[in-house]
Amino acid sequence: MNAPLTGPGSAPQTPGRGPEGPQPTSRAARSDAPVTVTGLVVKVVLLGLAAAIAVWGAFPLIEAEAWGGLALLVATTAGLGYLYLTRRHIPMKYLVPGTLFLIAFQVLPVLITAATAFTNFSDGHRGTKDEAITAIQTASVVRVADSADYTLSVATKGDPGSDPLVFLITDPTTGTAYAGDSDGLSPLDPADVTVATGGKITAADGYTILNFGQAGARSQEVTDFVVPTEAGAIRAAGLTRAYEGRAVRAYDQACDCVRDAETGKVWTADEASGSFVADDGETLAQGWKVGVGLANFTRVLSDPNVSGPFLSTLIWNFAFAIGSTGGTFLLGMFCALALHHPRMRGTNLYRILLILPYAMPSFAMLLIWRDMFNTDFGLINNLFGLDVNWLGEPWSARLAVIMIQLWLGYPYMFLVATGALQSIPKELGEASAVDGANPWQRFRKITLPLLLISLSPLLISSFAFNFNNFNAIWLTTEGAPFPADNPTAGATDLLITYTYRLAFGGQGAQFGYAAAISIFIFALVATISAISFRRTRAQEEVWS
Amino acid sequence: MRIRTTGVVAAFAMALALAGCGTSDEPAETSTDAAGGKLVIWADDKRTEALKPFAEKFGAENGVTVEVQAVSKDLQTNFVTASQQGAGPDVVVGAHDWIGNMVQNGAIDPVQLTAEQKAGFNETAIAATSYNGQLYGVPYAMENLALIRNTELAPEAPKTIEDLVATGKKLKADGKVSEILCLQVGDKGDAYHIYPFYTSGGGYLFGTGADGGYDPSDLGVGKPESVEAFSKIAKLGEKGEGALKRSISDTNSISTFAGGKCAFLISGPWATADAKKAEISYDISNIPGFADGEAARPFIGAQAFYVASKGANKALAQEFVTNYTTSTEVAVALYNAEARPPALTAALDQVKGADPDLAKFQAAGAEGDPLPAIPEMAAIWDPFGKAEAAIVGGADVKGAVDAAAKTIADQIK
Repeated sequence: MNAPLTGPGSAPQTPGRGPEGPQPTSRAARSDAPVTVTGLVVKVVLLGLAAAIAVWGAFPLIEAEAWGGLALLVATTAGLGYLYLTRRHIPMKYLVPGTLFLIAFQVLPVLITAATAFTNFSDGHRGTKDEAITAIQTASVVRVADSADYTLSVATKGDPGSDPLVFLITDPTTGTAYAGDSDGLSPLDPADVTVATGGKITAADGYTILNFGQAGARSQEVTDFVVPTEAGAIRAAGLTRAYEGRAVRAYDQACDCVRDAETGKVWTADEASGSFVADDGETLAQGWKVGVGLANFTRVLSDPNVSGPFLSTLIWNFAFAIGSTGGTFLLGMFCALALHHPRMRGTNLYRILLILPYAMPSFAMLLIWRDMFNTDFGLINNLFGLDVNWLGEPWSARLAVIMIQLWLGYPYMFLVATGALQSIPKELGEASAVDGANPWQRFRKITLPLLLISLSPLLISSFAFNFNNFNAIWLTTEGAPFPADNPTAGATDLLITYTYRLAFGGQGAQFGYAAAISIFIFALVATISAISFRRTRAQEEVWS
Repeated sequence: MRIRTTGVVAAFAMALALAGCGTSDEPAETSTDAAGGKLVIWADDKRTEALKPFAEKFGAENGVTVEVQAVSKDLQTNFVTASQQGAGPDVVVGAHDWIGNMVQNGAIDPVQLTAEQKAGFNETAIAATSYNGQLYGVPYAMENLALIRNTELAPEAPKTIEDLVATGKKLKADGKVSEILCLQVGDKGDAYHIYPFYTSGGGYLFGTGADGGYDPSDLGVGKPESVEAFSKIAKLGEKGEGALKRSISDTNSISTFAGGKCAFLISGPWATADAKKAEISYDISNIPGFADGEAARPFIGAQAFYVASKGANKALAQEFVTNYTTSTEVAVALYNAEARPPALTAALDQVKGADPDLAKFQAAGAEGDPLPAIPEMAAIWDPFGKAEAAIVGGADVKGAVDAAAKTIADQIK
């Protein structure tokens, strides 16, 4: 049902007779355009979805008390509703969805990455200072040397859900039953308690024993609950056992430090590095996230591990990106030209065969290619009777990764070149042939320039992609071979794989440092792309 | 008309929004209801299946809901990240060398086992899951490398590496095998698999600290002993005996052995399935050491249950880990899911009758070193492996070891 809806206010229009009827002005045409049922349904569904997503997203925001985020969400949703419920602001209607997605999926991640680059966010520095203190104190609870293994029943004096907790425990050696609360232990009258075999108290007068579900509901309380004793405190180990333990390390607000009760050692909080540091330089493993200003950036610039092999890695990175892009373009274009020839037969079959590598998951293909290049077991050496250590020598490994990229990438170039060739008018070639141009001249002076106009942007984006083609290296050589005297920079390392190893290889994940590095790489790629696009535009003006 | 359309659209949109409201409300309500007794466990795919029946049993016995969720990739990273955001599980199952990193991120809590419970476990497994003097997990399985040999090709277990190489070379000269030894190296080396040879040559990674754990301030790589050990490894390499080759990697070492192309394989319990499938008659023995060297000590790894620090139901998680996963039944079930020697002695005794390989693997690991769980170990893997690959390829030993030592020292700070 796609008939235009007509209302009392709008003049009936006969479809197909538009040009003959009186032409309304463009503005009136917009506001009086017929409202189709399909359009209406699409609008309702999309707006409804947007509202539903907003409601769905609002709950976590309310829970986290993120009022700023909530205000933004409400404003955005209200704005969307207004925009699509009025008949005005037509250009905005087209621009807003794209802009929203751009902000959500492009601008926001870039901003978050940039913000992370100014922190020490890494393994050991993920959370807040309070979380680090809790972790340090919890990790330091040790069992008192002669602690008995008490059996435990978690209980309350009344309502299982809300009244204060009591630990009912029995001492396994003496069989004595105790009730423990925050004031300490008090023995229970054996006549008042029922003790099951194994020592667990199953009932006690005046107490309600919590089952696992009820106790689990107050999990945090049970974990934090301590019954003070002389040597330390009785703590729960699960819900059926308790032990006497003592937190050896405690945080002291007065000195902003952590003190070890046994050795007397003190670790003072260092807000600059986000960790507790002792006088002898020892740091506690559990740190917290702090802002470190430009430290990550200066580290990138001053680290000899970065600056040393930087130039050689950069040169190879360019060679790899240019080689991959140029190689795939030449091969793809050659195939496209061959199949474009009018006397070519069976082009569809060839086209299908050529698309195949493109249709295979590159992830799996990269791993298979890696194994095909193996010296002793690989298909390539076995097939050609060679004994080349392909991935073991710098130049052969570089050749190998470019060859793999060639195989993976040329179907794409073939596809786009085929499309572009078909859009070039035949008359141009025919006319030049009449003028006496030979096939090479026709290709060089007519086909190639016209091809490049439409393919240049694709070549630039392909270059930018290959410049950061992490998988191509990581899944095949992981940067190998490495010179014997330097395990940090390999012969096939791109900047991205090389810095990935720096940021995530040695000391666990260092997100802050990795973010700083990626900003540098981003700047590099953005500059190259910007220059290339400017040049392309200049070229277009020359040719057209 | 204009107003009416607007109204209709707005009304429909509101209705849909309310529908969105409704659907998002429901799970929220049920989750608050069940929060009292809901335990969430994260494990990898294989173990998830094995754990499910036991988790359900624990839930049914105690009136709680237990959910076992499979995280098939990067379990440790996902766990640490999710924990930090408060979206993590209550219990996580994984390798013991994660402990150092999980502790520094405040992601797991120590567990308290009674002396009696501890005594039931293999000592090395308890040592492996201890860190800074605290026990952080309940181990359930152990694994280590051993020498697996094709008994048709090599009936006798070699006593030394020299024996092994001599036998392998003879078989190769006779055309019965194509490789002397299947020990995975690859182009970037493999620290885990070369470690037994490295220790036999006299090398070590970290010294032992006062509490019996590894001491990161005493780095063994770069010391004269490590150069000595790698010199011996270099003699087995591509420019020497040809027993170690970079072309043998994680993707082909086991399959080459299973294909009968090499008589000796250094690998772990996970390799026997392929050998059985290929109907190779094999035997398992200790990894031999150099004739004039120390005994070869493989790494001992343990798989363990951990209590998440930021789990919603920590008390129940502690209960599950300390009092339930310590049972023989659970250990046997996990063994049935994947044949790795149980860490619980009683469970090992129960299953080793049916599987003679287990006792042999355990014997091969008797002298082994627990795989270091300290966070500093992360700095070792990559440079150490690359030094190995370079040396196996024939590079200068001292230069490669020194470069690795420098890289590691820079990372540890």
